[in-house]
Amino acid sequence: MPDRAALLLALLCLAAPAIAGEDAVGPADARRLEHLVLQDCGSCHGLTRKGGLGSPLTPEALAGQDRDLIATVILDGVPNTAMPPWRPLMTEAEAYWIADYLLKDVKK
Amino acid sequence: MTRLAAFLMCSVLAAPGLAQELRATGDMGVVVERATGSVLIVDQSDHAALARVEGFGDLSHASLVFSPDERFAYVFGRDGGLTKLDLLTQKIVGRVVQAGNSIGGAISDDGKLVAVANYEPGGVNIFDADTLEQVAAIPAGGKALGLEDAPGRRFVFSVWDTGETRIVDMSGAEPKVTTLTNIGAEPYDALITDDGRTYIAGLFGEDGLSAIDLWAETPTARRILPHYGRGQQEMPVYKMPHLEGWAKAGDQIVLPAIHHHEVLWIDARTLEETGRTQTHGQPVFAMARPGGRQVWVNFAHPDNDTVQVIDSMTHQIVGEMVPGPAVLHMEFTARGTEAWVSVRDENKVVIYDTTTLKPIGEIAAESPSGIFFTARAHRMGL
Repeated sequence: MPDRAALLLALLCLAAPAIAGEDAVGPADARRLEHLVLQDCGSCHGLTRKGGLGSPLTPEALAGQDRDLIATVILDGVPNTAMPPWRPLMTEAEAYWIADYLLKDVKK
Repeated sequence: MTRLAAFLMCSVLAAPGLAQELRATGDMGVVVERATGSVLIVDQSDHAALARVEGFGDLSHASLVFSPDERFAYVFGRDGGLTKLDLLTQKIVGRVVQAGNSIGGAISDDGKLVAVANYEPGGVNIFDADTLEQVAAIPAGGKALGLEDAPGRRFVFSVWDTGETRIVDMSGAEPKVTTLTNIGAEPYDALITDDGRTYIAGLFGEDGLSAIDLWAETPTARRILPHYGRGQQEMPVYKMPHLEGWAKAGDQIVLPAIHHHEVLWIDARTLEETGRTQTHGQPVFAMARPGGRQVWVNFAHPDNDTVQVIDSMTHQIVGEMVPGPAVLHMEFTARGTEAWVSVRDENKVVIYDTTTLKPIGEIAAESPSGIFFTARAHRMGL
């Protein structure tokens, strides 16, 4: 996990009250979301995100995808597949946080 | 083999810590620690962890089976790893990474073969249980899952992508494969009843399940509980239900519904519906206590802090506990006196008295998921 320091730094930045908007993702939310990605998304996509019943979510697999599309898939699911809509359980800001989290290691 | 056994015995006896007492394995178990690629070897009687063993790879969605002598566990990891663990020496004694992405396995009725179901590249690989040398590869044309052992040195599995079930007969020199097509849309998991007779596949792509009578001269797939969700709104599924060989509750079989917050009861012989029980959330495991008097149910995210207990005669909920965040699995002691419950996000296994439904013990574990007691060695379909 080489990016833990970077993430921590990002979390500390987010903790500054002046930055946090009404539905922004705060540090406690970020920790919860990171845990959700690892453990609950991991049920289908694998803890290492190499896939399972769900498709792989590794940086290689996500190369070229944009954050809007990923956030939309998270929020609304993919019809006729096992990917459920997460909108009932999270805000749009949280879905975008997860999209960015998944994309952060994708080589530009 | 005897030389190896003698050598092993000598090395066991040579270790002063282990020589002090002989140890039987009948009250032992293995707890999967999914995030750290490790397992705990536990003692049921002492409510204690005996050892942590590391080096199993990616254990998200891991499961395991036991050798007939209850000494070895074969651990199936997500990353295609098949690892053989010695419960007595507390060491890994064999490991092969046999595929890219796997979803569980089974051991043959005679204990000689271990089979693993693979998502990537698909199909089932079969190994010698002693040496972990591969003895057969059964291609499937898709994601293989719901792999179970059946009497007569057979394995049965289903294929997500194609809606097929395959029966693999390993009793002869070469594998004999029978393919049943059109069992239903997107089978996601399966179970075999403890009499080895009925293979039931859950279907994600349609309301209903598929059942195969393995005692029939020519087994065929039959839809059961067709359209069980008709007229009800479909709910999102945040974790797939799991079917396991603890489904027989007296004369009934209990099954988790999918897309609906209920468990379904069917007559074990006719496979006709006998009732439904509305539950707290999307059920993941519906497991009959040994003897079948009650059924314990856990749930998918975000309702996964709760366990409900259902009376199998009245189908009424008779108990509800909140062990903690992310209850992933439950395991009963062989005669059902205790249930061990893994609470992933509090890093513990909570032990319940199944009569009082009160917690009576706790074991620390790192992100625990599956709990497996050695008595499984002697049950079909586990």
